Parts: sequence; structure tokens; C-alpha cells
Amino acid sequence: MAVLSDDGRRTAAAIIARYPAGRERSAVLPLLYLMQSVEGRLTHDGLREVGELLGIRTAEVEAVASFYTMLRLRPTGTHVVSVCTNLSCALRGAKEVFEAAHDAAGVEHGEETSPDGVFTVHEEECLGACDAAPVVQVDFANHDRVTPERVVELVEALRAGAVPAPSRGRAPKDFREASRILAGAEETT
Amino acid sequence: VNATPTTRIVTANWDDPDVVGIDGYLAAGGYEGLRAALAMTPAEVIDLVKTSGLRGRGGAGFPTGVKWSFVPQGTGKPTYVVANFDESEPGTFNNREIIEREPHRFLEGMAIAAYAVQSHVAFVYCRGEFLWPGEILDAAIREAYAKDVFGASVLGSGFELEVVLHRGAGAYICGEETALLSSLEGYRGQPRLRPPFPAVEGLYASPTLINNVETLATVPKILEMTGAAYAKLGVENSAGTRVFSLSGNVANGGNYEVELGTSLRELVYDIGGGIPDGRDLKAIIPGGSSVPVLSAGEIDTGLDFDAMAQAGTMLGSGAVIVIDDRACMVQLGLRVAQFYMHESCGKCTPCREGTRWMVQLLRKIEEGEASQSELDLLLNVCDRILGNCLCPLGDAAAMPVASYVAKFRDEYQRHIDEGGCPFGGESSLEGVLAPVDQLHSHERSSIEVPA
Repeated sequence: MAVLSDDGRRTAAAIIARYPAGRERSAVLPLLYLMQSVEGRLTHDGLREVGELLGIRTAEVEAVASFYTMLRLRPTGTHVVSVCTNLSCALRGAKEVFEAAHDAAGVEHGEETSPDGVFTVHEEECLGACDAAPVVQVDFANHDRVTPERVVELVEALRAGAVPAPSRGRAPKDFREASRILAGAEETT
Repeated sequence: VNATPTTRIVTANWDDPDVVGIDGYLAAGGYEGLRAALAMTPAEVIDLVKTSGLRGRGGAGFPTGVKWSFVPQGTGKPTYVVANFDESEPGTFNNREIIEREPHRFLEGMAIAAYAVQSHVAFVYCRGEFLWPGEILDAAIREAYAKDVFGASVLGSGFELEVVLHRGAGAYICGEETALLSSLEGYRGQPRLRPPFPAVEGLYASPTLINNVETLATVPKILEMTGAAYAKLGVENSAGTRVFSLSGNVANGGNYEVELGTSLRELVYDIGGGIPDGRDLKAIIPGGSSVPVLSAGEIDTGLDFDAMAQAGTMLGSGAVIVIDDRACMVQLGLRVAQFYMHESCGKCTPCREGTRWMVQLLRKIEEGEASQSELDLLLNVCDRILGNCLCPLGDAAAMPVASYVAKFRDEYQRHIDEGGCPFGGESSLEGVLAPVDQLHSHERSSIEVPA
């Protein structure tokens, strides 16, 4: 099954065209984001299609995809909630925020995605907003100075279908839309 | 957000919300530095940056003008500029705020650098997790094209410059310049052997200049004020200002631009408001989690390259993390070691195995199950990582952890003597979590690739 529609293939061609002739392989990360934006994660079909677009083997594509944490090879929730637990956030209560997020999202112990498929919750390394610790990203949009109570509110709002306003900028509506922005898909159309 | 107006170079316009757009930036005198550069020869621009004494802000502190002069001309290959916006060193957030507040200052600096090394294609490698900063940058690049700042004839000079935004996908190692190039070429982000250095054989095996965002954002003002005037700021061997990212157990965290040579005490107490909650200062990490720690008694150390070297540490990425007396230094070591274990790319054995071994030993010490010889073993493992890998990631784990043991030896010793953590569960870092390591993630990959 082809992952990309005809429109999607045109977007892929525009992404590849950003790089110098003969250097198409540089488009592998944005193309993987594009597949992720369609399927909500990466599948074998998506990896193979990236390989076809770039003229490289599926195994080479998987070798790249498996190196990067934002490319998801496993089942992934509609929303990805990332709690920074690196030093500056840890010093200001990140552990309690992570545990509250994990519980509120209904993720079982030792797992990262809730059984209903709505949430993936994971610990994240430094998100580069340390003066606003503890920091949480919802589908890569930043929320500053998050308390355990606030992260529960965020999870409940997402469950109710709302898109909580981030501390700066605009929020994507879900993980797929975030992946589409990361592919630069909007930039080419 | 700042000490005195006279020291504001990179953050000069941060009080003006309009400078995020190109019209506001032009109204504030933006792109005049680029205009001035285009009226000079590339060699004159490089000389001016050399005169300024500017040193790279990414961590290594290499003189910027000298780096530019290393890029060869007339090789018959294209020359590339790559801006490193993969800001990921724990505690660092100055690049992000520079882009969020005034993206054009950085883009202007990048265009000046491209002209100086005669490059017609520039890539910005933007950290993937920086979704919103990436969108700001994308909009700013489009604006710059629309105003003929980029494109076939930069500001009508006839000099061509194409700019491409490229997003990473979650890998700390890609902040290392050769790993960044591997990633940009479409491979796993693994470092490469040097030489050849990127200046000679970088992106697509072509001459490549790689600079950090803060470094490039400093350049326009140097063109405006002249290199000699910039060199008067700061102290010997550390010219100019720097945007320090202040965080941790401090009252007013944030990015603060001060002249190099300003003391840590001024930054943490006079500007940052000191330690909140009536706690005492215990330690300071002066340059991101990869540098050796300073104890509370070293608070008067100057924030400049030489003073930090004298104190046995580094300015690094300019990330100052303040730690109060509630933190257990074994737990600190464990969390830092876990980070580098998680981010090790796996290419070099001392780093791949050594960081893992460090984590195991630190866990035993924290749990009170380590013998005396295992504390020595920890230092021995650190020593065997140092200087034995292709890139500094392993060193970035070994140096700080060895420094925690050296400066807080009594605390490590108490864990062994008392058979457990003397904080008894009350440390501010108690039970902190680190992401599952990549090997573990990979094992759970649910993709089956048919033969």
C-alpha cells in the first residue's frame, strides 16, 4: 500500500528539490517526518517508500530512522507528551510532573503509550527552556513551569479534544500535524 | 533582561517585540552590517572578525575569524555554510531565545559569513524539538527572500545566496559538527575522524564553514561597531559579551548578556537574585552539563575562557546551572552519566561501553552497594574514556563526573561508608528519571522488515 497520495508525492518531490542535485539523500529526515504525518508513526511501508523516493534500500532508511528519537518506529499515541527530566528540570520537580502525566494519561507501568492509543508519555532530555523548568512539550509545543496539577489539566484537555495553548507560538493539533510541520510540508505548498 | 545597555550586542533589541519580523528589524537598523560587509572584500571582512577577537560560542571557543580563513578558495567544489542550531547541551537555551526574538540578526550574521567565505548555499540545522523556533526561522527566511536579502543578488550586490532550513530529529550528538554533517547528508548522526576538517572536506566532502547561532548573531554588530571596538569589550583572550543561560536553583533564571569576565557571583546573585527558599549554594555548573563543576567557594571565578581554565573547567555553551544544598552529588553524577549514555552514538567503544559502566557504578554507589575499590574504578573508567574517542561526547560524561568525585569526595565516601544515600530520600534529585536508552527502544521496535 502506498503511504503517500498524489498530493503527498508532489510534496515529497518539493522536499527533495531543496537539496543540491545528486544529494537527494539529505531529504531522508523530512521524508520520514512526512510518512509519520500520514501514518502517525513509521511503518515498514513508510520506510520502503522513502527508500524508493531516494533510491536507497529500506534497511538503510531504517538504520537512519532508528537513530533519532523523534522518528517513532513503535505504536504512538495521538498526542505525544514529553516531560524534560534533565538537570534544571529535575532540580525543580520534574519527577513529580512526569509521574502525574503518566498516571493521568492512563499509561501502564513500564509502558509509554496508553491502551486507548491517545497518549504517548515519555521522559525527555533537555528541551532548551531551562529558566521555565519544569518544561513539558505536548506534540512539541512548549509548556513552561508545569506543576503536577497543570500537567493533569493538559492531559484532560487533550482527552476532551482541545488543543491547550502553549507558552509561546502555536500548537499543532496532534502528533501527525507536528510531524507535517517538521517535514516542512507546509513550506513547499 | 540585562545588566547595562552598553553591553548589549546580541540582545540589544530584545525589548522590542517587532524585531521578530523583517520590517521591525530593518526599522531598528537591521541588515546594515551585511550591507557594510558587501562593500568590503571578503578578505577584509575576515580580517575585521579576526580583529574583534570573537571566539566561537558553541563550546570549543575557537577564534571565529581564523576559522573563516581556513575555508579554502578556488577548489572547484561548492563551498557551504552550515549554521548549527541543534542546541541541546543540558542547561542551554540562548540560541533558542535569539531565534524566537530576533531571527534576522542571526540570518544577517550567517549571510555575512557566507560572503566572507564565498559560499552560495547555507543550511540551517535546526533542532527537531524546536518546533516553534523552526517555524519562526522558516518565516524569517521567506521574508528575507521577499526583500532580496537572500536569493540571486543579496541586497542588490550581485552576490548569490540560497538558504535551506533543515530540521533534526532528536539526537544530542548532532550538535557535534561532524555528526551534524553526517545527519545533514542523510545518515545516522555519527561523528567522523578529523582530519580532514570540515573547512576542507565538510558537507558533501566540500569546503564547509560551521558556526553556532550565537556566534553568527554577534557578527552584524561587529561589522557596525568595527572589530577594534568589539575587542575592547570583555577581558584579555575573551573579547566581547556572551548570552549566559542561567537556570536551576536560582531566583530569576533566564538569558542574560554580560561582558566576558563578569564574575559568576554577579550573574547568580546581582542579576539572578541568588538562591531561593533560604537554601545555601552548593555547586555551580558553569558551561552546560559536560563541564567540570565548581564548588560554592569558587563563586568569584570570572566568566571568561582563561579564568574558567584556571579553575579547571570551561565556559562551554554558556549554560550556568545553580545547585543548592538539597542535591545529592552522587545522584547528580548518575543523572549526567545517564544522559551521555543515552546520547552516545555507539561508534567508539570507550564512550559506548564506558558511559554505561559509569552509570552502573554510580547506581551501586547511590544504592550503598559499592565497595571502596568501585569508587576508584569509576575514576579509572572516566580516565579511560578521556581523549580516546572521535568526538568529545565521552569526555563530556567523564570530565564532570570525575569533578563531582574530586570536589565532593566526602559525599561519595559517605555513600560507601554508610551503605546508602546520606540524604535518606530527601535529595532534590531523588529518583530522577532518564529516558530509556536507545538500545532498549530499538529492541521494542515493532517493525518487521521482510527478507
